[in-house]
Amino acid sequence: MRDLLSGNYAIAEAVRLSRVQLVAAYPITPQTPIYERISEMESQGKLAGKMMRMESEHSAMGACIAASSAGVRVFTATSSQGLALMHEMLHYASGSRVPIVMACVNRVVAVPQAFGSDQTDTLSQRDTGWMQFYCENGQEALDTVIQAYKIAEKTLLPVMIVIDGFFTSHFIEPLDIPDEASVDAFLPQGIIPKRLDINKPAFIGTVVNAEHYSQFRHRTFDDMEKARATIKEVNDEYEARIGRGYGPVEPVNTEDAEIVLVTSGSITSTARVALRSLRSKGYKVGLLKIKAFRPFPVQEVQQALKEVSKIAVVDRNICIGREGIFCQELKAALYPLERRPRVTGYIAGLCGSDVSPEMLEDIVIKTLRNDKEEGLPIWVRKD
Amino acid sequence: MGSERLIRAGHEMGQKEQLRQGHYACPGCGVALTMRLVLRALGKNTIAVIPPSCAASVAGAFPNTSFEVPIFHSAFEIAAASAAGIANALEIQGLNDISVVAFAGDGGTFDIGIQSLSGAADRNDNFIYVCLDNEAYMNTGIQASSATPENVWTVTTPDGRMGRKKHFMEIIAAHRIPYAATASIGHPQDLIEKVTRAQQAYGTRFIHTLTPCPTGWRMAEGLTAKSAMLAVETNVFPLYEIINGTRYRITHEPQKLPVKEYVTIQGRYRHISDEGIARIQKEVDEEWDSLVAKTKGCA
Repeated sequence: MRDLLSGNYAIAEAVRLSRVQLVAAYPITPQTPIYERISEMESQGKLAGKMMRMESEHSAMGACIAASSAGVRVFTATSSQGLALMHEMLHYASGSRVPIVMACVNRVVAVPQAFGSDQTDTLSQRDTGWMQFYCENGQEALDTVIQAYKIAEKTLLPVMIVIDGFFTSHFIEPLDIPDEASVDAFLPQGIIPKRLDINKPAFIGTVVNAEHYSQFRHRTFDDMEKARATIKEVNDEYEARIGRGYGPVEPVNTEDAEIVLVTSGSITSTARVALRSLRSKGYKVGLLKIKAFRPFPVQEVQQALKEVSKIAVVDRNICIGREGIFCQELKAALYPLERRPRVTGYIAGLCGSDVSPEMLEDIVIKTLRNDKEEGLPIWVRKD
Repeated sequence: MGSERLIRAGHEMGQKEQLRQGHYACPGCGVALTMRLVLRALGKNTIAVIPPSCAASVAGAFPNTSFEVPIFHSAFEIAAASAAGIANALEIQGLNDISVVAFAGDGGTFDIGIQSLSGAADRNDNFIYVCLDNEAYMNTGIQASSATPENVWTVTTPDGRMGRKKHFMEIIAAHRIPYAATASIGHPQDLIEKVTRAQQAYGTRFIHTLTPCPTGWRMAEGLTAKSAMLAVETNVFPLYEIINGTRYRITHEPQKLPVKEYVTIQGRYRHISDEGIARIQKEVDEEWDSLVAKTKGCA
């Protein structure tokens, strides 16, 4: 079925299709329409589960972890300060090995107070042990939420689905909504372990010694590594059943490219326009969209960029004291290459400021003409 | 006397013990005794939530546990949200014969956990919350909480705490939850009856227990039951219940012993003057009169 939906409503639709049993939520801009839409679905009897209207994001994640441990499929969504407040519980979730799926709608983290999109809220949760998938648009978000439940339940690791605040969360586009039967066939119910069994009592989340702690951490690390294959398998199956798929990265015109523009999230759509324009002017330019941030697609990135001499990374985020976070991760992934490309980082679009195709074209041309190794990121703003 | 009554009450209940021997609590721990009685009253069909606290220490370390029921170790500030999550998950799965109980300390209830408890109580999520109040952060080594009474020594209030203990039952009553009660291991039969009444109700139920701590209260291990009993009989910790946040009922008529008898067996009050004791006595008397006034007109 085709329908006009915002990115937020697309995610709510995916939650309904995934037959989520418990949604624990708390309002925060720009995520709130997800919460509202699911409330509406619950009141209309369209939701397979129950909602908990929480007193904070911290409690929302806490309720999700506890309920998932008791064996039900759970969902929550948040942004910005709400995600920052959840931080403690994000570690708790991955350590508890609960298959939670959460939508994160990027927004700046105060101070200064503001509302626009900035990936620093989610990227600063990098080390919490969650998978992170940055989606380009509402369609991809819808499909990825459904995939995420299968990935999370196979790997017992939690997954964040990330979209840009307002650009993706509020823009309305025509989307394909898979039918319930296809999703049911793809996503079976009842496979979440029930760890709170009165007939097999155990202490969940107990205190461990140093040796056990290291073993638990090592196992979680190994399982995240194995998740790379699971992510691909699940995507392949989804593509076969539903007809759409996405890789952890998407290379466009990289085969003959002298320079590749690297993007994530909604800026990728703009970059596709810039790419066509630059190609028509004769520039040998390619595009690499990075969707998976954790686990980071090291091999895919190396494969796509090993023959390229120059790379421009556009980051809608900033790590104070270093550089853009995708740029930093990309450099680390490329370090083992024998012939390392020159990577230049650009900071653009902070707080949802516009990143136009012209700005991206300018970034590509400037990078092509620049033979200097830039130590620091280049800040790009509209004049 | 107190310990004899406690053992008798345990035998009379006819329920199996859910706390095994060889747990990790300090000798004479009021928390362990309270958990034992509560779980014995609730029975096998119970899932417990414990945040970091003395209650978590009772269970021991991986891969052991001293409990016969499943335990979920929640984060410190969200015993209530975690219990609520489990209660809803059970309801969704049609597992309606399992009780969910949260055991949180006074710090986890009065201080860092108050937001989560208030939220769950407001939603009337279906679980029993037992506050194990030993009147300070005992698990981290005797630091003051807002449940620490005035004048009491702790390592962070070396001259005695300033400010009176937070009146938590009034905060809970304001949420209009179906059942709230105070209970004490000094009066085990009353405690067991209250746990049973709580178990039979639906929604958020709250039991405030005073759990003497020989380690933190600076008293001999053998004084746990006696100090618990004296807290009740001096009116420092009266036993009552509140139905739907409005109907108050005193469940045990106290002997009204002088407060001095309770205070002077505890080293944490060692520095207190006669004037200080007189002031506590006055406050205790006022609180009792206020409680009695609330029971007027309640059937």
